[in-house]
Amino acid sequence: MKISENERKLKIMHQSKEVHQLTSIKSGQWVRIVSVPHGILKAQFVRLGIHEGERVKCLERLPGGTVVLQKNRQHIAVGNQLAKAILVTISGEKGAHRD
Amino acid sequence: MTDSSSDKRIEHFEKHTHTEPEFLEKDNQKSKIVLVGNPNVGKSLIFNELSGMNVEVSNYPGTTVEITKGTYLTYEVYDTPGVYGVSSFNDEEKVARDIILHADLIINVVDGVHLERDLFLTQQLIDMGKKIVVLVNFMDEVNKHQIEIDFQRLSHFLGVDVIPITAVDKTGFDRLDEAIVNTREGTQREETHSVLHSMLKMVGSQAEALLILEGDEFVAKKHGVQPGNRRDEIYIERRNRVNYIISQIIRDVSVKKRFSELFSRWTIRPSTGIPIFIFALYIAYLFVGKFVAQDVVNFTEKQIGQALWEPWIRGLVTDIIPSTSWWNTILVGDFGIITMTTTYLFFLLLPLVIAFFTALALMEDSGYLPRLATMVDATLNKIGLNGRAVIPLILGFGCVTSATITTRLLGSEREKTIANALLQFAIPCSAQIAVIAALLAGAGFFPMIVYIVTIFSVLIAIGTILNRVLKGESAPLLLDLPPMRMPRINNVVRKTVFRSYNFMKEAAGWFFVGALGVGIAQITGALTFITKLLTPLTTHWLQLPAEAATAFVMGIVRRDFGAAGLYHLSLTPMQITVALITITLFVPCIASLMVMMKERGLKEGFIVWIGTWIVAFGIGGVVSHIVQ
Repeated sequence: MKISENERKLKIMHQSKEVHQLTSIKSGQWVRIVSVPHGILKAQFVRLGIHEGERVKCLERLPGGTVVLQKNRQHIAVGNQLAKAILVTISGEKGAHRD
Repeated sequence: MTDSSSDKRIEHFEKHTHTEPEFLEKDNQKSKIVLVGNPNVGKSLIFNELSGMNVEVSNYPGTTVEITKGTYLTYEVYDTPGVYGVSSFNDEEKVARDIILHADLIINVVDGVHLERDLFLTQQLIDMGKKIVVLVNFMDEVNKHQIEIDFQRLSHFLGVDVIPITAVDKTGFDRLDEAIVNTREGTQREETHSVLHSMLKMVGSQAEALLILEGDEFVAKKHGVQPGNRRDEIYIERRNRVNYIISQIIRDVSVKKRFSELFSRWTIRPSTGIPIFIFALYIAYLFVGKFVAQDVVNFTEKQIGQALWEPWIRGLVTDIIPSTSWWNTILVGDFGIITMTTTYLFFLLLPLVIAFFTALALMEDSGYLPRLATMVDATLNKIGLNGRAVIPLILGFGCVTSATITTRLLGSEREKTIANALLQFAIPCSAQIAVIAALLAGAGFFPMIVYIVTIFSVLIAIGTILNRVLKGESAPLLLDLPPMRMPRINNVVRKTVFRSYNFMKEAAGWFFVGALGVGIAQITGALTFITKLLTPLTTHWLQLPAEAATAFVMGIVRRDFGAAGLYHLSLTPMQITVALITITLFVPCIASLMVMMKERGLKEGFIVWIGTWIVAFGIGGVVSHIVQ
């Protein structure tokens, strides 16, 4: 809880092998969010619990690039342009090793 | 809305004044209870329980956002639109924000299955210093999902009462009174508490101070201060706090996949989603297009309207005004304001509109519409729209006028322009579809294909061209998909009644004006004159009988009116197709033209209107010369 923003980012950098755009992630893959676009979009993502450091599942990647993210029981659809601007690292295939 | 001159002025001790919405100041004696929550958390069920039948539904001043107000004991109760947080990102949020700022106590309803998402708003309300109580709804689903929630610790963390309920079967409603009495200010995060103090001196309200720090321009402007730039920071701290609370109070042990979740994914994937969409459309067609548009309307229009109402009122009027008088023609003639317009509005349009809004509410409340929006998102991107635009476009098939109003929910000006143009040019409304379907059914299979392909191509062409020509970028899709649930019948009925009533209120006046216009044109000979003027266009270019021009002129007033005018002409199947293509692409009805001009401005409205003339006759003529 008391991890500051910078520490969090460092932790991400440390763990990251390779940073991808969300659009290049396959359905069923788990990812950790590295960055989301700034401004109102960021505020909306934070409200929905999708921000730097969070681990989410790419539930569906539709033809055309629209992505549906799953976080716990919540499903969030993200358009292609926006998904391109979200950077993630791959974080395992299953929900088993959550930290 | 805060600028309205009728609003009450309030003076703060820091010597600045601002206005408050008069709407919220009607009864200062009563304390205001406000229901707040994310979308689809069941607020309205609790609202209904509290306020019973005594409810006032209205549009919030200056918006199309619907709000409901009632009374409970000595309280005024307000329902607010579902929001994920308090700020000013869209109309719903602005309305919710205004009502929340005026609340004396808040009942915060959260979805027990989505606590992690919902508690962000809860914590924000606490940070605003509002007196709240938290109702955790959907406990039946929480139990089905085998989610364990430690309510005592949750209450301890938040510093307010937390009460589990299941709104559908009223479980836990016996504790509502206790909940209201026990509302209190919760535990603020220390960081928030200290930064609030500086801003507090300037605006006098903790809630508004917080919103200004979070960069809310509207609240800042109201108090004449600069909006803060600490939103990201405050939001992330709040999110972390919520995540921490969740990690301490929830144990989610289930692994079982539920059918609704599986079905939800089928509706999103094109391979299964497209068949599901076609099936849904077919069901909607059976209900709206077959049952209501044919069986019900046949009865109401023919048996009630034309057989009972019209002869009765005609007899009554003719007793007073002789049938030779032109007044008689205007009032109760073929296009009479009282006869035909009333039949049309109440016995044809109203059943259709009700049927259509029912189908729409069912699609919304089941959670299907957001999934459809997701599936078609990439396709709509190609014409400069995102998945959300599927709502006004589908609504357009019901009534273009009401669809035009909903284009407000789109993210950017260019999207609104594109969606409006598509609606006005290429989407036939339900009243028109009924007539078109009847005429095409008589024309045969090939003409029907020609019609559908042409209209669809024009729709894509207009979208593609506007997407190229208009500057800027369209907003991307970001949509929280609500769970798929069985729609609640009384919620569907409530929505349908409200929307149908609002539509009739908005459109009815213009139908009367339109009928009056045609009536006068008919008497003065203007109708014949314009028809003659259009004749070369009709006979040579479109290769239709000269009388078809009358149908087009009437189409200026009402789209289906034009199509219906083709009924009496003897046309070949291909002539029917050409005439219908022209009528479909032709100008929007007067009601939707007026609404479009109000929404998009005179200039844009006028350009679109002129454009429909050119496109309608242009495409109609080209098709005519190709197929004949």
